[in-house]
Amino acid sequence: MASIVAVIASTHHPFYYRASTATGEDRPPFADEWTRKILAFRETLTRARPDVLVMVGSDHFHQLWLDNMPQFLVGKAPHYDANWYNEEREFGLPRMLLTGQEDLSGHILRAGLDAGFDLAFSNELRIDHSITCPIITLRPEADLPIVPIYTNIFAPPLPQPKRFVQLGQSIRDIVESWPSHLRVAVIGTGHLSLELGGPRQFGPHGPDPEFDRRAVEWIANGDLDECLREVTLDSLHSPGNATHGFMDFMLMMGVAGAGVKADYVDTLDLFHTMEAYFTWYPNGAPTA
Amino acid sequence: MSRYLLNKFLFTVDRDPELVERYRSEPRELVAWWETERANAVLNCHTGEASTWLRFDDVEREALATHDHVKLFELGAHPFLTLTLFIALFERDNTEPLEYQKSYGARLAHFSMPYPDIAT
Repeated sequence: MASIVAVIASTHHPFYYRASTATGEDRPPFADEWTRKILAFRETLTRARPDVLVMVGSDHFHQLWLDNMPQFLVGKAPHYDANWYNEEREFGLPRMLLTGQEDLSGHILRAGLDAGFDLAFSNELRIDHSITCPIITLRPEADLPIVPIYTNIFAPPLPQPKRFVQLGQSIRDIVESWPSHLRVAVIGTGHLSLELGGPRQFGPHGPDPEFDRRAVEWIANGDLDECLREVTLDSLHSPGNATHGFMDFMLMMGVAGAGVKADYVDTLDLFHTMEAYFTWYPNGAPTA
Repeated sequence: MSRYLLNKFLFTVDRDPELVERYRSEPRELVAWWETERANAVLNCHTGEASTWLRFDDVEREALATHDHVKLFELGAHPFLTLTLFIALFERDNTEPLEYQKSYGARLAHFSMPYPDIAT
């Protein structure tokens, strides 16, 4: 059976690519520290020597739209074009082409449906920065086949937080039951407190540093009990109007397992958001 | 009231560079054209098929025609869609980084929790 060699959760800040590649006067003062942290984070994936990446993210109204909105969707295609005109325009993100791992996509769909998740699927999916940002930060060669999984954290009505956790727990079981010798890393990105298009956006820190502090603690300690006690669809409005993206972190806590402490934790307090980076090694930390 | 149609306008204009420019330079004309020609297009469908019932009310039409992002927020347009499109329209006029983004937030400062409902 396949093995999960790393579980990784992080924020996906679309400005990283531009900040880290900027030079001279265009280079923001925080770029060097940010790049250092990303390179250290990247090493946690590289050390695990993955063959395949399962990538959990959320389409930001690019391909998925309100006339036909899935709650959870699995890509099943040989290739995925990536990044969109408005991401090029606003963030300077490059166009990319990623390879798909269709066999694992098919396995996740079949086993997920049989486990009680009525997963939608797409045979032609153009993915966005929720998935390409972690490719850029963690595997910039973009040389590994992927299975994209999209969640709806964006267009209410949304699934309940516990459903994200349950899907994460199922993804763990399903990937580990994939008849393959390949080494799989499961990578998911979301947000801590975040405000977009509201009065608290683009402040000197994330909109709710206290939420961020607690959220990082929940994730680092795998404290799903406390997290699920505190977090509801209603409560997530308070830290910032785009904070429902935190449910993708909760999904990743489900993949990592209740009570399992992260092997690697790092954060970076930036304008607009707190960045956060977590890695778990389900089979123990890889030796060098 | 149709939050969905407001969102559909923001979504379809934002993804088309030509429409972004037309919306910046001639917002009232673009909104009128869009409502006539595009409001009823079924997006994920063969061309030639269309809906028949979608139209703005006067408040929505005026908010779009006047680039009134504060009103759009109040009406429950999706804040991500509004922000993304308005950055495309106006960030180019910045004289310092994030100037437009910060002033956009400041103009919404009178809103307190809970914010207007965005469910469609």
